[in-house]
Amino acid sequence: MNDIGILEAYEAVAGKDVMDHLRQLARPLTGLRVVHVNSTRVGGGVAEILHKMVPLMQALGLDAAWEVIQGDSVFYQCTKGFHNGIQGNRVDLPESYLKAYEETNRQAAETLRDTLYQADIVIVHDPQPAALIPHFPDRRAKWVWRCHIDASRPFRPVWKYLREFVYRYDASIFSLAAFARRLPHPVYLIAPSIDPLHEKNIELDKDEIETTYSQFQVDPKRPTILQVSRFDRFKDPLGVIQSYKTAKHFLPSLQLILAGGGASDDPEGEIVLDEVRIASEDDPDIKVLLLPADAHRTINALQRCADLVLQKSLREGFGLTVAEAMWKKKPVIGGDTGGIRIQVINHHTGFTVNSPEGAALRIRYLLQNRDILNQMGEKARAFVRENFLITRHLREYLTLFFVLLYGDHERIEL
Amino acid sequence: MNDPMTVSPFSVKDCALIAIATGKRAQNLRELTEHLREVEANSIFYHFWGGLLRPRFDNPEYHNDFAIWAAESLHNKFLAEKLAVIDPSAFETIEDLRNEVIETLEEEMDNAEYPSWARKDSLFDFIRCRLVIFDTKMVVPAPEDFAPLLPNLSLGSIFFHFIDGRRRNHNSLDDFSNWIASFGPPYEDLVGRIGEICPYFAPLNKLREQLSHAFELYVEGKTP
Repeated sequence: MNDIGILEAYEAVAGKDVMDHLRQLARPLTGLRVVHVNSTRVGGGVAEILHKMVPLMQALGLDAAWEVIQGDSVFYQCTKGFHNGIQGNRVDLPESYLKAYEETNRQAAETLRDTLYQADIVIVHDPQPAALIPHFPDRRAKWVWRCHIDASRPFRPVWKYLREFVYRYDASIFSLAAFARRLPHPVYLIAPSIDPLHEKNIELDKDEIETTYSQFQVDPKRPTILQVSRFDRFKDPLGVIQSYKTAKHFLPSLQLILAGGGASDDPEGEIVLDEVRIASEDDPDIKVLLLPADAHRTINALQRCADLVLQKSLREGFGLTVAEAMWKKKPVIGGDTGGIRIQVINHHTGFTVNSPEGAALRIRYLLQNRDILNQMGEKARAFVRENFLITRHLREYLTLFFVLLYGDHERIEL
Repeated sequence: MNDPMTVSPFSVKDCALIAIATGKRAQNLRELTEHLREVEANSIFYHFWGGLLRPRFDNPEYHNDFAIWAAESLHNKFLAEKLAVIDPSAFETIEDLRNEVIETLEEEMDNAEYPSWARKDSLFDFIRCRLVIFDTKMVVPAPEDFAPLLPNLSLGSIFFHFIDGRRRNHNSLDDFSNWIASFGPPYEDLVGRIGEICPYFAPLNKLREQLSHAFELYVEGKTP
């Protein structure tokens, strides 16, 4: 897709007024050198967004670039520990891990020195490259730390270590106010987004959806509910099975699909998956699907196969799978937690619930009231179009750039 | 009234908003009131009007963040209704609006038999915002010329001229009404129609529709 093509492609989905607004907003930023830095080019939500965000910025005239820092296995073990620690889990990080982390950042700083010194704005994503900043003491650019993790209740020793780096930035970005830390610089709030042109979200033809039905022995004539998530206790797959079983007493034809990614690096995930298999082994209408990380089209097709989607998490970050399902006109029954609360609006785009019983009740209600289910699906898609597409995310980045460049004034008139 | 020939054309602007966490959080009404006294006026503006420009469902039961929090996190529907009925467009200044909210909260605290608390994961987060305003280069010479343009104006433009204008203009009217009024008596009817559009209960796309309708009716009425 060339630069003109990418803007047109998004215009077809998000609307001409939205893209015109972006073009006008970006015009004064032509040539602005923006560098995103993270630690992987493939896999994970951050890389997924940058794959489109950077070309979109370029197409709008910004001189945007994406740099990746890479380390050895100790570095990644350390940063995985940071990730878990920021989310509030107790982790033990030996001194050798921290040394590997700092050394990787020092080496990356050498490699990226010219690029980052020439930039106007540097956006550093998550903790992996956060320790680059001390190596640029006389930096010219505005440096922003973009935290994609819920940092509301971190494991204190991990945060105490990381904040020494974070404090040096000119600003931070968090996804929700509830996820943010109090910091000595402005903390901007930008919700994440989905990419409507990603394989996960693009329209699929009927044949592909029907093939998916038969591939997993799902009967398209019977009602189907779906949860897409890792096999993790916080996602409550056992609670989903309980909800399904309760609802099935009243709707014997009901089918449940639990689709999740591999859990090979997560011993706890293996245990949860075993428990899920045991809980579902006596019911052929429950399909437990362990899918590879790149099964985007399959997930897309499954979401389109389902009548409604569950995200019955007990604890959740932003939970973008909710927006992905809503984009496909599916109402979502979600746990009353984290970012699910701002996506699932009771009686409009789905229902938030606090128990398996609550979820079962809403499953029955929606499947017995197809007109309401369809209306909610339409509202859900419209809500995502307005609020959770990458175009809104980009608009907020551009707005932030003006505030960084012109100073923290209540209103900036260009 | 100005001579219509001397009235400057309407210069259409657009805007975009970015939200900033203040770090101030409340778990109960006392904390909410204390923070309300201290936060910058811009934060009050954000919690009443910012919902129009950020991810929030278009048709919530309650129309400002304080009312939504009272209902959903404190489960105090009585207070939520009292807060929801506070219409920010009825106050000349943000300080007046701030005082009204504080008054409502204090009354509730005086009368409550026991204090209500939100769950730890449902605190009220005070947020402030920054507005970036830019010129669209679109210039409208006369009110009649607005009719075909309005359906395509961006939602940012509607926010800036129809909502934010009330805060900027000394007479608390929106930019459209002020500009049209300067053309004199032939346009009083149009100013009246625009004045009947309530900015508080509809999302921006609906406000755009209502404004378009008001202009269309005016143009149709003029056509013999």
